[in-house]
Amino acid sequence: MPDETILEIENLKTHFFTTGGVVRAVDGVSYAVRSGETLGVVGESGCGKSVTALSILRLVASPPGRIVEGAIRFAGANLLDLTESEMEAIRGNEISMIFQEPMTSLNPLMTVGRQISEAIVLHQGLSRREAFDQAVEMLRRVHIPEPERRVHAYPHQLSGGMRQRVMIAMALSCGPKVLIADEPTTALDVTIQAQILDLMRELQERLGTAIILITHDLGVVAENADRVIVMYAGRKVEEASSKDLFESPGHPYTMGLLGSIPNLEVAAHTNSRRVRLTEIKGMVPSLADLPYGCTFAPRCGFATDKCRADYPPLVQHRPGHWISCWHADRLLGGSS
Amino acid sequence: MSVQSPDRRSGKGPAPLLEVQGLKKHFPLYKGIFSRVSGQVYAVDGVSFRIGRGETLGLVGESGCGKSTAGRTLLKLLEPTEGKIMVNGEDITDLDTAQMLPYRRQMQMIYQDPYASLNPRMSAGEIVGEPLTIHRIATPKERRERVTHLFERVGLRRELMESYPHEFSGGQRQRIGIARALALSPELIVSDEPVSALDVSIQAQIINLLMDLQDELGLSYLFVAHDLAVVEHISDRVAVMYLGRIVETTDKTSLFETPLHPYTEALLSAVPIPKYGARDRKRVILTGDVPSPIKPPPGCHFHTRCPYAFARCRHEVPVLRQALSGHWVSCHLHDDGVTLPLAKRPEA
Ligand SMILES: Nc1ncnc2c1ncn2[C@@H]1O[C@H](COP(=O)(O)OP(=O)(O)O)[C@@H](O)[C@H]1O
Ligand SMILES: Nc1ncnc2c1ncn2[C@@H]1O[C@H](COP(=O)(O)OP(=O)(O)O)[C@@H](O)[C@H]1O
Ligand code: SF4
Ligand code: SF4
Ligand SMILES: [Mg+2]
Ligand SMILES: [Mg+2]
Repeated sequence: MPDETILEIENLKTHFFTTGGVVRAVDGVSYAVRSGETLGVVGESGCGKSVTALSILRLVASPPGRIVEGAIRFAGANLLDLTESEMEAIRGNEISMIFQEPMTSLNPLMTVGRQISEAIVLHQGLSRREAFDQAVEMLRRVHIPEPERRVHAYPHQLSGGMRQRVMIAMALSCGPKVLIADEPTTALDVTIQAQILDLMRELQERLGTAIILITHDLGVVAENADRVIVMYAGRKVEEASSKDLFESPGHPYTMGLLGSIPNLEVAAHTNSRRVRLTEIKGMVPSLADLPYGCTFAPRCGFATDKCRADYPPLVQHRPGHWISCWHADRLLGGSS
Repeated sequence: MSVQSPDRRSGKGPAPLLEVQGLKKHFPLYKGIFSRVSGQVYAVDGVSFRIGRGETLGLVGESGCGKSTAGRTLLKLLEPTEGKIMVNGEDITDLDTAQMLPYRRQMQMIYQDPYASLNPRMSAGEIVGEPLTIHRIATPKERRERVTHLFERVGLRRELMESYPHEFSGGQRQRIGIARALALSPELIVSDEPVSALDVSIQAQIINLLMDLQDELGLSYLFVAHDLAVVEHISDRVAVMYLGRIVETTDKTSLFETPLHPYTEALLSAVPIPKYGARDRKRVILTGDVPSPIKPPPGCHFHTRCPYAFARCRHEVPVLRQALSGHWVSCHLHDDGVTLPLAKRPEA
């Protein structure tokens, strides 16, 4: 795999200034995506996954949101320094994004063919005719049956899975270097999810697009990501290759998450009455009122006074395996 | 092989807590200003199963396959179109509202979205105590004690009895829904996607709670969900639904080890497994979408997506048969005895 970093987020802080206080949705997050890889971003709802992604494209609603600190490096520039029109040339062209619910980003009054070809006309300066032909070609590439006919369909005439295929076609129509996929399969049934993830893998192999795959589903991450970022309460708490993260997780939150999901294989072979899932006690703290020290401490079984006093720095414990926990060495079992 | 309702034992022993035979629920589709019936949604189209005391039957399948409708119909929250519902051996299919009252106490429901099912103008304590009031059980003081006890039992602090639904998190609301369902000490609880809307750490709390309550109170569950891993975890037996019909049912281990229905096989291989290396397993990826229950395909409902479909599948409906001991499946591949591994027939 090429090791070249294509997009890098540095110490990003995106806050929302609300009447209820300052919501620290993203509070010092850094991660880098390399060309051709799939970077998984996981964490429970509200931990800042989407706001981080929207910050990359500078699409955070402002007010109340504002990127208060950090840099987003792409193709030699800091995206936060670009003018709005320079940014427009990047969105959907160099970096594109797909969402959980395609209906929110598709225009219900326009055929899918027109929507795809408009993006192509806008970014690639092709004629309408050429762009339309390319739209048909894109629908074919995302395996939509009878693309010549479906190109004239309106979004509501398509199933959820088909609409997500259209979104992928549109997102990839300009050959972006980075595709941000924010919960792309969360609204879909599992057999359709398998189709869409399969399609994304196939297209990535063909086009070499780097993918940021945002999801709350650790199974999806395990099966699709090369490296993984785990977020909790607006921060990155662990980063590792998929192999390391799933075989030797080092942060108590990651361990908790892995213990709290039923594993199909294990579940099928155990008497459920005897096997309890690991609970992570309590709830995610309010981002407007975070506890002192480690934000996970109120829910953490390993918390000590040190944890409650100071936020743990992100430390590289093994090559490429970063953990933000005072006791990570002990938890990793010192077998490095 | 026998062709009967699944899990019917040799006719001896006590009747199961719940038995459903050939249950159908069709919704008429209306059209035009005279509201003529122009078709039917075959939401539930002939399902049979039984649930024993203290047992959990999981009902799994993709959205729109009729899981919720089956759950609501067997509780008679919807009038069945056809079929029979029996509780402790007594036929409740045709009972009217008044006659249903004692059975309502025995059978309760938990919903996916507790928020939508909780009255926003009632305090949490009132919500949990309401079934007791409706059924005129106990004195106000005793009710209050019972509600307090229920709050503690589901892990809610008693001070929260005075709070209103909007003041609770999703997980806490689900606990309120569970406490309310427990108020009348039911024997059976139909849980319709009770953890689907929750984050995984909260999901684990609720699943553990449901299992603890079952052990403690001897409850039976019909656990409806689309997440096969969750269903396998919590259930003793699992029934897989596709377009209004049960296509396979057996104990959870057999379902995982030896799926006999091509749809079950595909579902199992589509579930993402949170383990490194899981991505390398062999999988069956289905093509296309689930067809509409308004015009289900003829023959086997699954033939439009089945990788092994052959001529007979397109016109002959496969019957749910006991193909292996305690293992029921409806698929023509096994018409002349179980054929494993599942594969395309040479003549097809
Ligand atoms: N427009 C907004 N105003 C105030 N808070 C917001 C807004 N958008 C997002 N947030 C807050 O930012 C936090 C992170 O949200 P998000 O990135 O969407 O989480 P995730 O995608 O991980 O579920 C949440 O606590 C959310 O409430
Ligand atoms: N009240 C109703 N009127 C008409 N159709 C309905 C009604 N309720 C459900 N349906 C339809 O019945 C089918 C089964 O729905 P449902 O039982 O909710 O499935 P599931 O719970 O498996 O997702 C769906 O096609 C749904 O649209
Ligand atoms: S720093 Fe302490 S409280 Fe935070 S995750 Fe590590 S052990 Fe737990
Ligand atoms: S009956 Fe035919 S179409 Fe249906 S599941 Fe079996 S092989 Fe597939
Ligand atoms: Mg999000
Ligand atoms: Mg449902």
